[in-house]
Amino acid sequence: MRKTFIDSLIKLARKDARVFLVTADMGYSVLEPFREEFPERFLNAGVAEQNAVGLAAGLAMSGYVPYVYSIIPFITMRCFEQVRVDLAYMQTNVRLIGVGAGFEYGSSGATHHSLEDIAVMRALAGMTVCCPGDNLEAEQIITQSLEYQGPMYIRIGKNKYDSLHEAGTEITITKAAILQSGERQAFISTSNTLGMAKASADKVYSESGFKPYVISMHTVKPLDTGILDKLIKEKVDIVSIEEHNLIGGLGSAIAEYLCDVGAGIKLKRIGVPDTFSHLVGDQETQRKAFLY
Amino acid sequence: MFDIELIKKVRLSILEMITRARSSHIGSAFSIVEILHVLYFHVLNVNPEEALMENRDKFILSKAHASSALYATLAHKGFFSLDLLNNYMLNNGTIPAHLDMTVVPGLEISAGSLGHGLPIGLGMAIAANKKFNHELLDSLNKPNKRLEQVFVLVSDGELNEGSVWEAIMLAGSLKLTNLKLIVDYNKIQSFGLTNEIIDQANVADRLRAFGWEVLEIHGHDLNQIYKALTCDSSGKPLAIVANTVKGCGVSFMENKLAWHYKSPSEDEFKQAQEEILNLSIESLAGRAYA
Repeated sequence: MRKTFIDSLIKLARKDARVFLVTADMGYSVLEPFREEFPERFLNAGVAEQNAVGLAAGLAMSGYVPYVYSIIPFITMRCFEQVRVDLAYMQTNVRLIGVGAGFEYGSSGATHHSLEDIAVMRALAGMTVCCPGDNLEAEQIITQSLEYQGPMYIRIGKNKYDSLHEAGTEITITKAAILQSGERQAFISTSNTLGMAKASADKVYSESGFKPYVISMHTVKPLDTGILDKLIKEKVDIVSIEEHNLIGGLGSAIAEYLCDVGAGIKLKRIGVPDTFSHLVGDQETQRKAFLY
Repeated sequence: MFDIELIKKVRLSILEMITRARSSHIGSAFSIVEILHVLYFHVLNVNPEEALMENRDKFILSKAHASSALYATLAHKGFFSLDLLNNYMLNNGTIPAHLDMTVVPGLEISAGSLGHGLPIGLGMAIAANKKFNHELLDSLNKPNKRLEQVFVLVSDGELNEGSVWEAIMLAGSLKLTNLKLIVDYNKIQSFGLTNEIIDQANVADRLRAFGWEVLEIHGHDLNQIYKALTCDSSGKPLAIVANTVKGCGVSFMENKLAWHYKSPSEDEFKQAQEEILNLSIESLAGRAYA
């Protein structure tokens, strides 16, 4: 998905001179093509995320649309107050590109895991939070992000994610993408668990004979409440899936809405329990131990 | 060349704002009045009739707790009505204690947390360089005819924030000649003497070591301020260490930590008013700093 990101950004930069890429010294073997083609719109700010985010706000206030790239914990939490004040409060058109969703840096240890990013970004007024579930979503979200108003956090995968949507599917920021229509139950995923949601739905179909919905909530904020209203109306129970702490992510966002409207449907949240992983192992190993 | 009557008016506005609101930071505001005066009335290419004018210079008050000084200077410059100063910090008023760029024209950023202004100013200075060097923003825009200058004013206590040094390092490395840092070196911060908390008596040397041209001036001497703000920094970003007096202009406030917090009583207000009315360009320039 990192490659999808940079390919999409290069295409965007060829069309529009406002596109600017700032990295906090990350992106080896990923960002080089952009740096080579647009050296004047590329800046390595060094291992200094607070400054990277602050100067990106300055670039945005001067008319650029900066994309600031680093590993998720560093580009969201290390510089959180810069994100809060310089991006959210001032509503600057900065796009934070966080790489390594959930346990993708599994073997690197908990410092590199991203299990709170959706929660903290979602808590900021005026911040849009996008977590594409496959490359097709990533490409269209990056492309649309140029004209989107206000700051955005875009959580992308480090690993390769084949497209789960049919080719040609149109994605719109703020609108959930229905991967599969169905009945009685809906598996709603955000970010890199879309494949798990699809597999879970397939399993239900083969075991119980009915076909559940599979929905990608690639925009967690603002939440697409329209799709939830539809499920409530159809009395469809929801299972939310995310590679993120159960506190504050997609499941929480859905729960908040269901509570507020007195929805009367069931919600089961699947995510990572409230703990740091001390387990040594890759994404799959971490998922087996923690994602339930 | 300099208008002492205008400086007095700004100082009186600040005194009234802080007294009326029973609020803090009068000492912090009084230490930067002359710097703001020279910037807004003699240096910055800004237009009160058109606050968002293309290709304008930018000023960022990163030590936003001294907002009263900036709001008063902007109002006296004509960016907005002086009447608005009357509701500074009052409930349901217009102007808050720190900087909210949405409330009045002329503010480049919102601020209130220390350590944010220089990184943002750095981004603006980079953008200005690119526009000036014909690296066009988009094919419809013309390159800028002049290189915008970006001025950022920080407090000495603010230099405790690591983010400031992140920006200092990168700006020095990029050799951004249009970025100017002004350090309000009044030597008193929130809970003690600046150099007793984290010793930075050699702040000028530190900045030089990071690739900046550094000038040390008297921060209430209008001529020195003007010369420093308009000097050619020979291919480097420019830092001006302005030796200032916290609470400058009011004898009982000068160099007193308490006036980071206190607001004047009725008697103190009267005395302060009288002392401000008696200020002169010479008496300001002659202020002894710590």
